[in-house]
Amino acid sequence: MTAPTPPPSGTPTLAVFKLASCDGCQLTLLDCEDELLALTGRVHVAHFLEASSAVEPGPYDLALVEGSVSTPDDARRIRDIRARSRFLVTIGACATAGGIQALRNFADVEEFTRAVYARPEYIDTLATSTAVADHVDVDFELRGCPIDRRQLIEVITAFLAGRRPDVPDHSVCFACKRRGIVCVTVAHGTPCLGPVTHAGCGALCPAYGRGCYGCFGPSGSPNLRAMIPLLHRDGMDDRDVERLLRTFNAAAFDRELPRDGEEP
Amino acid sequence: MTGSRTTAVLDRDGLDALVGTLRALGRTVVGPTVRDGAVVLAELSSADELPFGWGTRVEAGRYRLEPRADGAAFAHTTGPHSWKAFLHPQRERLWSADRTADGGLSYTEEDAPQPSYAFLGVRACDLRAIAIQDRVLTGGRYEDRGYRERRTGAFLVAAECTEPGGTCFCASMGSGPAAEAGFDLALTELLDADGHRFVVRTGSDAGEDVLARLPHRAADPRADTAAARDAVAGARERMGRAMPPVDLQALMGASLEAERWDDVAARCLTCGNCTMVCPTCFCTTTEEVTDLTGDHAERWQRWDSCFDLDFTHLPGGPVRASARSRYRQWLTHKLSTWYEQFGSSGCVGCGRCITWCPVAIDITEEAAALHDELADRLRRQERTEQER
Repeated sequence: MTAPTPPPSGTPTLAVFKLASCDGCQLTLLDCEDELLALTGRVHVAHFLEASSAVEPGPYDLALVEGSVSTPDDARRIRDIRARSRFLVTIGACATAGGIQALRNFADVEEFTRAVYARPEYIDTLATSTAVADHVDVDFELRGCPIDRRQLIEVITAFLAGRRPDVPDHSVCFACKRRGIVCVTVAHGTPCLGPVTHAGCGALCPAYGRGCYGCFGPSGSPNLRAMIPLLHRDGMDDRDVERLLRTFNAAAFDRELPRDGEEP
Repeated sequence: MTGSRTTAVLDRDGLDALVGTLRALGRTVVGPTVRDGAVVLAELSSADELPFGWGTRVEAGRYRLEPRADGAAFAHTTGPHSWKAFLHPQRERLWSADRTADGGLSYTEEDAPQPSYAFLGVRACDLRAIAIQDRVLTGGRYEDRGYRERRTGAFLVAAECTEPGGTCFCASMGSGPAAEAGFDLALTELLDADGHRFVVRTGSDAGEDVLARLPHRAADPRADTAAARDAVAGARERMGRAMPPVDLQALMGASLEAERWDDVAARCLTCGNCTMVCPTCFCTTTEEVTDLTGDHAERWQRWDSCFDLDFTHLPGGPVRASARSRYRQWLTHKLSTWYEQFGSSGCVGCGRCITWCPVAIDITEEAAALHDELADRLRRQERTEQER
């Protein structure tokens, strides 16, 4: 991303919106207990329904958007939010990759609707669940399911200082090795998506002896063609691999899958 | 170094006393210990925490602990950690700045007291790696002050290698398995009819001073000193791997357009593990930290890697965008351009990059393949010229 220009004079306004999502990422903002007082001293919270029902119409200096675009109404709303926001940051796997609800992208939504709802004609949904960036320009994408609290504070702090946030695109292995964690794949034979997954969690699962399951989505240069045979070696069959890759960032990992005949 | 040098023998009580004495001297003793299914490096409070009775079985991309009936303390190979984690930590604050009441800025350089380390069980390959980082981080025009302070005060107890692993190739890099220089004390573990003991050589006055405080006996030239030499010589013959005996500097220089880079790039995850476990990889980036008040900022240094796209990020994007270019950068720097920059190879043959690569990429195999490809190319060129 390019560095944001500093907010115009006066206290910058912050707005938080959600599309198709569970609210977990925006709740991460309320979870920043140690920083909340300092934050409300620097920004004016103009729209944040999880915190207050008093909302202002905008425009907003910084908008945080969680959730994917999964209905015609989401698609309309996100264009409206974009039009009223100077700097738009998407937060979480839903907003940056379509979320777990993007599993519909690989299936027939009408069939799902008929199977699940007694009156499917009441359901007005799109055939796909997609990232916000597929619909409008996004200034910065913060990944994770849910996002990391420290990274959220870093994005907001960087915005206030008019600088680029320090949110690296490299793999979870970078964080894992910096923490001195013993590699669960090499030393234990545990399947782990760390080598192809975007850092940001601080290598949370490997720190507890578990394999990474990719909740931050693909890293800046994932090599799934090399990764998948490794998962097979460590005991996963094709179905296990598909299930591992098709969770919160299903659509993002799917885009990285090697296609037949494609050069690596 | 001045003064005389001694060879003596410590028993298990002597090893206990070594850790106790170093701690009593105010040192943070760091050594191998078992944790999470591996021999890691961590602070030791007593010699009991050493990995007695544990060996390791390593291959490319695979590491397993194995119990040993003989109760050896130093029969493991290099693990997931190296001493750089202590001398050149993964994250370190360099300075901080605060806005003053009159609107100016005040800067505070980091000068927290550094720990006084004693490293116990440093392999010969890692002694060489420390010497290489000394050159990189303190031997040039711009020195890393934190490293200098930690390194100057560090006391090094080597443990010569008698049980090399499947990915070891120090013998072919000329950096082991015998400890020749750069230590205060060097241990060689012996387990034979004469018992479990450690032949100890002093390498500095500080080493002489510490040895004098430990219960020890004189070494018998045949039963102890020669036995230790034989054990290390045996290790030299049992290296799991070898770097091809060619001029690596010239090989890399002549291989910049080799097809092999595409082959390795197809397998490489660009995950960065090789650089993180490498005991000589030193690259760092800086991060600027500001807080929400906007009145306080800090500059931190943290480990970086040439496998990170951001490593070469310029306004137009990363210079080394492909996996091919990043792997090539790493290997050619390690084995070739390091000579031009620092006067030595950047590889010490410890084998960590092979063991801890999840997809088992092997630096010795890649160098051999590049050598074969170059030899093939030269043969074909020669034939073409003869046909003319």
